[in-house]
Amino acid sequence: MASLTISNLKKAFGSVPVLKGIDLEVKTGEFVVLVGPSGCGKSTLLAIIAGLESVTEGEVRIGERVVNSVPPKDRDIAMVFQSYALYPTMTVRGNMMFGMESRGVPKPAREKAVARVAELLRIENLLGRKPNQLSGGQRQRVAMGRALVRDPKLFLFDEPLSNLDAKLRVEMRTEIKKLYQRLGKTTIYVTHDQVEAMTLASRIAVMHQGLVQQFAEPSTVYDRPANMFVAGFMGSPSMNFLPAQIAYGAASLAGPTTLAKPAGPTVVLDEGNGQTIRLPLPEGMTKSDSDGRPVVLGIRPENLTGYDRRHTEETPYLGTIEAQVEVVEPTGAETMVVVRIAGKEVIARFEPNASPAVGERVKLAVDMAKACIFDPETQMLI
Amino acid sequence: MADATTYDPLRTAGTWGRRAKIIVYALLTLFALVYLLPFTVVVLNSFRDLGDISRNGLIGLPHSFSLDYWVQAWCTFCVGGTCEGIQPFFYNSVAMVVPATIISTAIGTINGYVLSKWRFPGSEVLFGIMTLGVFMPGQMVLLPWAQVLGFLGLTNSTPGLVLIHCVQGLSFTTLFCRNYYVNIPDDLIKAARIDGAGFWRIFRKVVLPLSPPIIIVTVIWQFTNIWNEFLFAFIFSSGTHQPITVALIALSGGGTAVHQYNVESAAVLIGALPPLLLYLFGGRYFLRGLTQGALK
Repeated sequence: MASLTISNLKKAFGSVPVLKGIDLEVKTGEFVVLVGPSGCGKSTLLAIIAGLESVTEGEVRIGERVVNSVPPKDRDIAMVFQSYALYPTMTVRGNMMFGMESRGVPKPAREKAVARVAELLRIENLLGRKPNQLSGGQRQRVAMGRALVRDPKLFLFDEPLSNLDAKLRVEMRTEIKKLYQRLGKTTIYVTHDQVEAMTLASRIAVMHQGLVQQFAEPSTVYDRPANMFVAGFMGSPSMNFLPAQIAYGAASLAGPTTLAKPAGPTVVLDEGNGQTIRLPLPEGMTKSDSDGRPVVLGIRPENLTGYDRRHTEETPYLGTIEAQVEVVEPTGAETMVVVRIAGKEVIARFEPNASPAVGERVKLAVDMAKACIFDPETQMLI
Repeated sequence: MADATTYDPLRTAGTWGRRAKIIVYALLTLFALVYLLPFTVVVLNSFRDLGDISRNGLIGLPHSFSLDYWVQAWCTFCVGGTCEGIQPFFYNSVAMVVPATIISTAIGTINGYVLSKWRFPGSEVLFGIMTLGVFMPGQMVLLPWAQVLGFLGLTNSTPGLVLIHCVQGLSFTTLFCRNYYVNIPDDLIKAARIDGAGFWRIFRKVVLPLSPPIIIVTVIWQFTNIWNEFLFAFIFSSGTHQPITVALIALSGGGTAVHQYNVESAAVLIGALPPLLLYLFGGRYFLRGLTQGALK
């Protein structure tokens, strides 16, 4: 059953189109994350779902009901704001009760609901305080508490963690995930942080320029991004893109190669000095009639590592590249190494104890089973 | 007011800084004296007997002291034919200033709320037009007001003056409140809307509780201006309906040959007292409210 259905939704502010035809279907109990860079329209979409912005064209349904012209209070939603939006003159208890008071919930029921949520979020000791007496993390909790005291069809989160410092953000992310696993409420969550999207979502809608670029499970979005935008946006450091060509059979291109397996399709990178690099491509990633077709090869840094004894000729779809090290960036758990391949800067990921020195020429192993091939014209995944 | 410890532009090192400080304070003291001197003269004269004043001049230290002149000014002095002192005119002013201040402030908060939190197409233009009234001199609207009051049958009455001051004050109260409410985060209003609160409930429960600083500013501003206002009061009231500002003129222009400087001084001071007291007690809130921007 669908909790939220959005069909061909369009929104324009004056003559500026912000949303250009959004289709989304959120199933009951799903945690959907809307993610994208600033200005992609994700917050506007959430505001439209909440009823805080009007619809220019299209339809929004909550449950079975079309809510295009239903005011926010009658949509059966609760929302957590980036700024928390706690009423500054009310206590925490007052903040949590305000919505129920507005709806005429009798006092005993209000007290019970507040007690239940306060216990759930461990904020019982804060109930008598004013928002300005709370720390950032506590305000965040109270803001969630205010949403949770009601039992709405839909929870909306608008970048709820972006005002917290890095450490607290990770803690609260886990809190939200735990809470969701416990309550199983349908949730729409807006963020610009792709890590939040990956960790929290049951499905991710990646948005860009007013359109949903891909709407799928986190693993699909990460491993099989629909286009180069999604590929580049999800993952940090982002995916490396290299211009290349498809080739069939070993003889179709001349020059010295570092070909691991001669049979089957390959991707050919032009080094520019008459040298080429050939990398094996899994069957099915491309069709046999695409011989010589220009493509963009996408490789995530973690699939481009130092060649060592774990890699053998037997590893399926393993390619090797030799390249010059330009920059070494240790992060502790891993070391990012910038190398130059086919004239482009490419980031590879090394174990800290195996990291090379700047200027060294290293042999890299490419896990081509995880590679993505894009059409350079349409930027779509092939 | 800014905290004194945060930044002191005169706290520079060396003798130059100290010298600059002395010069600045000397100048400030001088200006304060110039400004306070007339006030001091009037205060002193209100306690001196007439002989003292005529012998030692209008400006001089008192050689006599009596509170009688204040009593006379309040309840027995003859103003324009009646001899009840300044008292009835004082009450006229109170009857005018209290409702006018309350009504214009109340409407100002609602205007400000709508113009900052419930914007509609053209609301910015409307706000611009409303604030135009801030710059409109009173004498420009005298004739229109005469017609309106005549039409409503409110000529020469306290309700007439209340109406004038409510309307004339709206530009200021709206400007003050709107600019204050703009700093209230919009998310608060959105959250309240999702929480099921409507226009008035959001106003009463969310916006008004945040408003004391600006309400204090507006009330002091309106009270002082309406109390001290002379032009409209002079044109649109006469006889027993006059507010105190107009009655004070009648007091000096009375038929008596001898000027009762002491009683007149006391009367003038009584007339100046309410805004003065309001400022003494509410002044720090006034300054704070004017300089205070965001409330987070």
